[in-house]
Amino acid sequence: MRLTINGDFFETSGTRTLEELLNELDIEPGRVAVEVNLSIVKKADYPAFMLNEGDKIEIVNFVGGG
Amino acid sequence: MGDKLIIREIEFRSRLWVGTGKYKDFEETRRAVEASGADVVTVAVRRMNIVDRKSENLLDYIDPKKYKILPNTAGCYSVEDALRYARLAREAGISDLIKLEVIGDEKTLFPDTCGLLKATGILAKEGAIVLPYTNDDPIMAKRLEDAGAAAVMPLGAPIGSGLGIRNPYNIKIILETVKLPVIVDAGVGTASDAAIAMELGCDAVLINTGIAGAKDPVAMAEAMKHAVLAGRLAYKAGRIPKKLYATASSPIEGML
Repeated sequence: MRLTINGDFFETSGTRTLEELLNELDIEPGRVAVEVNLSIVKKADYPAFMLNEGDKIEIVNFVGGG
Repeated sequence: MGDKLIIREIEFRSRLWVGTGKYKDFEETRRAVEASGADVVTVAVRRMNIVDRKSENLLDYIDPKKYKILPNTAGCYSVEDALRYARLAREAGISDLIKLEVIGDEKTLFPDTCGLLKATGILAKEGAIVLPYTNDDPIMAKRLEDAGAAAVMPLGAPIGSGLGIRNPYNIKIILETVKLPVIVDAGVGTASDAAIAMELGCDAVLINTGIAGAKDPVAMAEAMKHAVLAGRLAYKAGRIPKKLYATASSPIEGML
């Protein structure tokens, strides 16, 4: 499935849910927030959240700032 | 000491809050934050590095169990963007605090207070603990209080300018106008600036560039820590009134 993650194209290997995508990317969900097509997905919904071809996903975390 | 800063039942150990931007590396950030004695650190919300996922993360150095994380909405120029960043920050699940910025202009980074007021009201209703970065305007501070802000953060001077507290009288009026904690945010360039903010009666000071941009950020962090403590103590102690002419400190009686 082809997705856009943080502005870049990404081809997944058999990933269907958001939780599986984060696993594939080796991202610990604890410190990130995720938007799919401009809607925030609650952490509790990651396992059941089905991804679709062409979804635009944003994965953000905290960086240094004032 | 029974002089703790409390915001919405959250107790703060220090009245110095620090940013984590502009440091050379995470190790320097960690050392400066530690030297500052701060328990609140601000952070920004940005895209995660998906390509290099093994790269280090700020929170590996600033432990959220040890520090209160205060995400900001820096770089947001509209209500919509600020809400988006603030909601993402909250969903990350580390903090309900948000340092709300709606910036009005790239050159000054002054807040767009119309947008700020609107965004404050919306996020406060959603249950976020909103700390809006505002200008030194007492009327706007009052409006933000009415809109549900948990504290107000007036600027001392433009972000990163190091110009100090440019309008101490307005800050003083803000302190008399709102019941909320007042935290000076932006403009503090050196220790005396931080002390002045605290001597005015501010509840805390937030500093990033003043520390991170110093030649020796760790030493400056420590200087700021002492300045904030000294300024707070001086405020509580109650300074002498200013007057034009001298009053002798030594007695006249007993002179030859």
